[in-house]
Amino acid sequence: MRAVVLGLGNILLRDEGVGVRVVEALAERFILPAEAEVVDGGTAGMELLGTLAGCDHLLICDAVKDDAPPGTVIELADAEVPAFFQTTRFSPHQLGLADVLATLMLTGEAPRSVTLVGVVPLDLDLGIDLSPEIAAVVGVAVERLVAELRGLGLAIRPRAPACSLSLPALLAQ
Amino acid sequence: VTRITIDPITRIEGHLRIDCEVNNGKVTNAWSSGQMWRGIEIILKDRDPRDAWIYAQRICGVCTTVHAIVSVRAVENALNLEVPLNAQYIRNMIVAAHGIHDHIVHFYQLAALDWVDIVSALSADPAGAAKLGATLSDYRRNGVVEIKQTQEKLKAFVGTGQLGVFASGYWGHPAMKLPPEVNLLAATHYLQALEYQRIANRIVAILGSKTPHIQNLAVGGVANPINPDSQSTLTLERLFAIKAEIDKLGEFVNKAMIPDVAAVGALYAEWTKYGAGVTDYLSVPDLPLDTKGTRFELPGGFIAKGDLATLKPITSYQDAYFRDGVKESVKHAWYQYKGDDKARHPYDGQTHPHHTAFKDDGKYSWVKAPTFYDKRVQVGPLANVLGMVAAGHEPTKRHLGRVLEIAGAVAGTKIPVEALHSTIGRIAARAVRCAVLLESLQNQWQLLIDNIAKGDFDTFNRPVFPKGEVRGFGYHEAPRGVLSHWAVIENGKIKNYQAVVPSTWNAGPRDDQDALGPYEASLLDNPVADAELPLEVLRTVHSFDPCLACAIHLVDTKRRPIVQVKAFG
Repeated sequence: MRAVVLGLGNILLRDEGVGVRVVEALAERFILPAEAEVVDGGTAGMELLGTLAGCDHLLICDAVKDDAPPGTVIELADAEVPAFFQTTRFSPHQLGLADVLATLMLTGEAPRSVTLVGVVPLDLDLGIDLSPEIAAVVGVAVERLVAELRGLGLAIRPRAPACSLSLPALLAQ
Repeated sequence: VTRITIDPITRIEGHLRIDCEVNNGKVTNAWSSGQMWRGIEIILKDRDPRDAWIYAQRICGVCTTVHAIVSVRAVENALNLEVPLNAQYIRNMIVAAHGIHDHIVHFYQLAALDWVDIVSALSADPAGAAKLGATLSDYRRNGVVEIKQTQEKLKAFVGTGQLGVFASGYWGHPAMKLPPEVNLLAATHYLQALEYQRIANRIVAILGSKTPHIQNLAVGGVANPINPDSQSTLTLERLFAIKAEIDKLGEFVNKAMIPDVAAVGALYAEWTKYGAGVTDYLSVPDLPLDTKGTRFELPGGFIAKGDLATLKPITSYQDAYFRDGVKESVKHAWYQYKGDDKARHPYDGQTHPHHTAFKDDGKYSWVKAPTFYDKRVQVGPLANVLGMVAAGHEPTKRHLGRVLEIAGAVAGTKIPVEALHSTIGRIAARAVRCAVLLESLQNQWQLLIDNIAKGDFDTFNRPVFPKGEVRGFGYHEAPRGVLSHWAVIENGKIKNYQAVVPSTWNAGPRDDQDALGPYEASLLDNPVADAELPLEVLRTVHSFDPCLACAIHLVDTKRRPIVQVKAFG
């Protein structure tokens, strides 16, 4: 079994890059088994074809446009992932993920399940940091991804916080 | 007069809007408008120039690699820093493999659907398609079994009602003219192209340590340690794995892609009369063969009015003719220059957004309008191929000759080089360049192997930043044409940074003199049979391989169609 956790977005446009920031945080905070691969997809399109081909489960994290307030974390699965079986184009990123997924359906290499953990952004201005409001919900999105991965039967362990192994803490015991 | 607005243009990267006025079935005026604004310049200000490439490669989802490469070249140029031969060869291989990947994707996945009718392919006779394939080349994957399998796969896929990747095609449009067997052969190669572009990308991944977003660059070289004996470095084993991938690509590019492009071009011969637009061409030399960038595998230069005899070559990374010729105009772009509003050289460039309504004779685009010695120039594979032919580059002449010969055989008439100044010509030139890059990739691989065999394992020269101000520019003949980055560095920090990208040259709006940009000029006199289904406009715009990835790509949870074609009289 192979699962890919794909972070998408343009990290030069603040919250647009939230998907990338979430998967970075996931890899920093958790130890993932070999079956799960974390990929920083940026705004790539067809370049991702090889990475996604033949994976069993695809978990995507991306900024999503929604009527819900900024910072809302939403989750869509399979048929609900709008990009998955679109008949019209949604995004200006024309050869983006939607086309990669559609192409994988054509080649018979589409994932069995697709889950989108989306974060409604606040600030899409130029800048490489998330807005504080969106940075505050990165942990929520990470937990959703962890829950999904565990739901697939994968063992996901938190990394030990660095301070618990510090020498002063050990001496104090 | 009917006005057509296509917003956004589909099957491209980024967000492009095209407006045309159509009179008696022909385009009489056109506007090209980039609908996203790009501000890498602002992000990079005050940063360490050694890190600029890491940010620069996030400008675009398609051309990550090219922005990274040209960014380190610009900083090296500012420092007069030489780059070890191994690093040049490794970079050159990444550049070539990326270009091959990009050109394959453009022809099959992006452009072909404007010319090839997938629905028509379903009714073709597979044996007829196989027979046709055999007349074009001895490609081993043109067999009737594979073609029949492809047709069945397509039937099943289309039968599900989910057209997916094919959803934006204009099936059955009166301008679709290929016989069903040609459509089926092209559709078969469409599917195979999906395998081969992955192979090209794998080469980038092995050398660049990762894709998307290569990791191995550094100002002063590459971060690939070479040690023939260590498993964790670039070993001979890995290099020979790359060689095997190159050979696989060669078969597809030379035996499927080149004949396909030639045959489609011949069967749409009337499209050699449309789409010329701006015929002043600019390309730059690439694949440096020495540490300073004074000798290159691929030549480039300026050509006036489509006349190859006028070639003025660009010859080194210090080339003053290139450096001093570039300016960017904002008269019709949504920016303001503080002080004097006239076109500016990139070293003195500014990025102050100033949005207004879309005004036909005012500002109407987020793309600036670059000029070369105050003139509009076309960039891209066509400019590059013409420049290389004019410079007498043997592989380019050979591959172009082959395309023209196959096209001539299919059309039953001799096709002159002049036919290249057209919509079809841009597509044909891209295939020629792809075949040239493939040979270059093989050469660069051999050069790297030979250099390592001499015992040279150097890959990096450490950059040193002086006190005070230094300036540098880097250029690269990217898949869509001339890309240049311009850096002003002060006390080791970036003071100004401007990227003049290929799609700026081609997609830019009118300039200070109100001269049309290449997209706009190429659309004039294009036929449009049906203003509601302006396939012909898409053909010409797609022939440039537009890429305006700046790039916002929010997923919309409401399934709103955002592609709109508006036609009103």
